[in-house]
Formats: sequence, structure tokens, C-alpha cells
Amino acid sequence: MYSPSQASPLLSVENLSVAFNQGIKKGPNQEIQALSDISFELVEGEVLGVVGESGCGKSTLARAILQLQAITSGQVLWQGEDLTKNTNDQNKAMREHIQLIFQDPLDALNPRMTVAQIIAEPLYNLKPELSKQEIQNRVVELMLAMGLQEQQKNRYPHEFSGGQCQRIGIARAMILNPKLLICDEPVSALDVSIQAQIINLLMDLKSRTGMSMIFISHDLSIVRQVCDRVLVLYKGQVVETGNASDIYENPQHAYTQKLLDSIPLADPAMERKRIG
Amino acid sequence: MNNTTNKNTKFQRFLASDFFYHFKRDKLAIISSIIFLILILLAILSPLVAPYNPYDLQILDIMDSELPPVWQQGGDPRFLLGTDDQGRDLWSTILYGMRVSLMIGILAVLLQGVIGITIGLVAGYVGGRTDNLLMRIADVQLSFSTLMVAIIILAIVQSAFGSDAFNQWAMVILILIIGLAEWPQIARTVRSSVLAEKEKEYVDAAKVMGFSPIRIMFKHILPNCLSPIFVISTVQIANAIITEASLSFLGLGMPVTEPSLGSLISIGKQYLFSGSWWITLIPGAFLILLVIVINLLGDFLRDTFNPKLYKD
Repeated sequence: MYSPSQASPLLSVENLSVAFNQGIKKGPNQEIQALSDISFELVEGEVLGVVGESGCGKSTLARAILQLQAITSGQVLWQGEDLTKNTNDQNKAMREHIQLIFQDPLDALNPRMTVAQIIAEPLYNLKPELSKQEIQNRVVELMLAMGLQEQQKNRYPHEFSGGQCQRIGIARAMILNPKLLICDEPVSALDVSIQAQIINLLMDLKSRTGMSMIFISHDLSIVRQVCDRVLVLYKGQVVETGNASDIYENPQHAYTQKLLDSIPLADPAMERKRIG
Repeated sequence: MNNTTNKNTKFQRFLASDFFYHFKRDKLAIISSIIFLILILLAILSPLVAPYNPYDLQILDIMDSELPPVWQQGGDPRFLLGTDDQGRDLWSTILYGMRVSLMIGILAVLLQGVIGITIGLVAGYVGGRTDNLLMRIADVQLSFSTLMVAIIILAIVQSAFGSDAFNQWAMVILILIIGLAEWPQIARTVRSSVLAEKEKEYVDAAKVMGFSPIRIMFKHILPNCLSPIFVISTVQIANAIITEASLSFLGLGMPVTEPSLGSLISIGKQYLFSGSWWITLIPGAFLILLVIVINLLGDFLRDTFNPKLYKD
């Protein structure tokens, strides 16, 4: 799948830092460093896993790449163009190529819009040249590809299960044929059998379209399955990065080892041996 | 869209909704809404329902003035609820007056809504200094009582343009004043729900699609803030009707030739001690009924849309 010798990177993040201002007064003492000095590159077709415990800055990283979060310093280069210096209008081209899948599937869908409206929405802004019929065809085609049924298109999000809502969210992200899909804990709110379905769906989409993915998760066993490369975050800093197989088989940093030890094993005998 | 799977029409969906479920179980809400609907219909259809046109000064006969209601001694069967000091049929005048009161109430709240929703949305969504500035303006506005502002402005307008011009434009001026004086109520409500809604992920999703803040505010956030707006608007209509009645009672509202409920009460108070209680009390009863049913409906809406609030 991934070979590091490929052409120039699709996305490169350089020395990215994000600080939150906590409290009323401004000043260095009130700041919380959410991300400090993050750098990585992503080439076409690659799946990068971002792992770490709660609060380590995984979601902030996703939000910073998408310009939803103001950054303190650093650069986010999309095909060589610095997104952090652009205005909203200039970033419109980028919006077509980078899409996001959210953690809470229901919360990410506007409760007052029908499924068809939700899925079609990105097109109204970014592809205004399409006719209504073309949009409708595309919506139905995607719904079927996501395992939804056409007659569900006039329903509202609350009428669907969590897994179905996540499929709707993926359909909305995929309607623009993005080159990079950022998945922010896409399955952590779902139960295990649904998790597998959604992961399979994502992997299927990836192999069909050849898009890149940034896969954010605290579930290391899933990351191992889907990712080519892994970035381990701890308190806003990259502690280790490398090929997935290397990291899982031969973790270098103490924190990575600890994280890996926290994966529950399916075999009780082995689990006991490890704890013992 | 008319395929067989889509049997749920809007109306059927409404009948199956939680809202209707709660409504069916709330006797007070059912009674209030029936009374409210009757009052609204009477007000809208007043030219058809009312036996006389109270604005037509030619049919008035001074000999008919201050006749009591039919059930009292000396009552005239032509005038069901009696007449006022100019010989106007009280029942017709009340119907026309209710129309004026409701119109002022609803239009004033529409104006409040337009101003309040826009300011509340911007303050809540943009946040920071804009939010501070707009909310401080709202605080200043709220620190004046509506009546005080209204009395000052109405007095100035009346003396500047003369009472003829004032009488002609009284309704428009009242709507403008009540609308402008009460927008912070709606702005605050909208702002607080925007603050809650804008943290939700669907707003981020809309940002990722590259939509402008204006579209996100009006297309995505506003539809999700409608229930509290609906609740407060109902209460504000009742408030606006009361404000208009108070101003008319003070002689600053609707002119005697086109009386609202408040002006009727005001006319009647001069005759109260000469025994003609009906000119004041009957319009007063209608005003109270109208305001009570609107407030009860507002309470019902609030309880239904926000069950966490105000319930033990």
C-alpha cells in the first residue's frame, strides 16, 4: 500500500503549536499547551493513525488542520499551500479535498434537516454548478454505497441508529470525493459489531478511491488494523512515530509501551500472564 | 415524493409527535387554545361578526349612550353588552378593539423577533467583544422600563406632530415603540441557545464544508433555537398587549375613535362611579381572558419544549 519513496507530500504539518487561553487574564501562566511543535507528513494513499490518551490533543490536531482551531505557530501545508495564512474564501478549494468524520454521529448531523439535505449540503457550497437532479442522483448513489436505503432519504437523523448516522456522516464527507479524510474517533461512540462494519466501510472506500486518511483513535487494536503509519501523542507532543508494524512490535518510548500494554487480550490465560 | 413508503404527511407526523401527545393530556392547554382560537377568529372576523361598525360615527345616536347590558334593567335588545358613552355598541367595539390589540401585540413581537434574533445570533455566534458590546446595549435597554420609554416618546411625538397626525399613525407608532423597547428579551434567549448549539459538531461540519458564518447562523443554528424563541414570543405577545392597553389607558395609545381594549377601559373609568360599570369591566374581562390564555399557552409550550425546566 504505502511506500515512503513516493512523490511530494499531500499534507505536511510543520512545527504546529496550539495553546488555549484558560482564565480571564491573558498571559503565559494562563495558557494550556494543547499541541506543541507537531510535525509530520502525509503522502497520497497513506493512512496515518494518531493515538494517545484522552486530552492529549488528538482532536485539536484534526481541528487545527481543518482551520477550525486558531493555531499559535507553525504551518499546515496542503499540496504546498499554507492553509493557516489563507482567508476562509481562499481555503474553499481545500474544503473540497479535506473532509472530516466526527466522533458523535448524531451530534454531527443537523437535527432539523433530512438525510438527503444533509448529504447534499457540501455540494451547494462547493459545487454550485450541479443541477438538482444531478445532486439527487449522487445522494442516492452514495446512500446505497453506504448501505442505506433510498426511501430513507426524507427521514430525520434522530430516526436512525448510531451506526446509520455514522454512515450518513461518511456519505456527507464522501460526496465531494475528498483526497484526505480525517476520521476523529469515528467508531468510539458505536458498539463493537457496528465498529467493525464502519471500519470495513471506511477501508473499502479507501481502497476504491485511493484517498489518504488520518485516523484518530484511542483504540490501538483498530489503529493497528487500518493504519500504515502511527503517530503517538502524549500531552500535546509526538513521542513516537513510525510504521505501524514497527511501533506495535517494537515500541521505543516508554509511553508507547504502556499504551500497548493497555490493550486487553482476548485470551484470559495470556492476559493473566501479562499482568502477573 | 408521493411514493408509498412516504405515507407520513406533515399532519400525520404532527398527530404522532410528542408535542401533540402532551397537548392531548393537558386540559388547561386544550381549553386555553380553544378560547384563544375563538378570540382570534372573533377578532379577525370582527367586521362580519359585529352587529355594528363602531368606527362609523354616523350611526351613533347620543340617545343610546350608556345603556346597560341586556340582562340589566333598562337594557336594549339591540345592544347585547350595552353601549359606551357615545352610544357605541360595546360588543362590536370590543371585537374591533381586540383586533387592534392582537394586531399590535403580534406585529410588535414580529419586530422584536427580527431585531432580537439577529442580534442574539450574532452575539452568541461571534462571541468575544461583539457579544459584550451587544449584550451591554441590551442591558442598558432593559434598565429602562418599557412604559417609561413609551410614555416619553409618545408624549414627544404627540406634541411634535399634533394629535391628528398622531391619531392617524397611533398603531404604527405603538408597534414600533413596543417592538424596539422589548427586543433584548428575545436577543438574550436566542443568544443563550446559540451558545449551546454552536458547540455541537454539526456546526463544525458546516464549517468544514466552507459555509459562510451568515449561512451557518441562519440555516443551521437558528432552526435549532426555534423552540425557546417560540415560547418567549408567546409570552411577549401577552406583554405587548398589556403594554398597549396600559398606554391606551393613560391616553397615549389608540385614539377614542378607534379604541383598543385599553382605550375602552380608560373611557369607562370616568363613568364607573355613575353606575356604568360595564364600559370598563367587560372590556377588562376580555383583556384579562386574552392575556391569560396566551400566557397559559406559553407555559404549556415552555414545559413541553423544555421539560427539564420548572418541573419538580
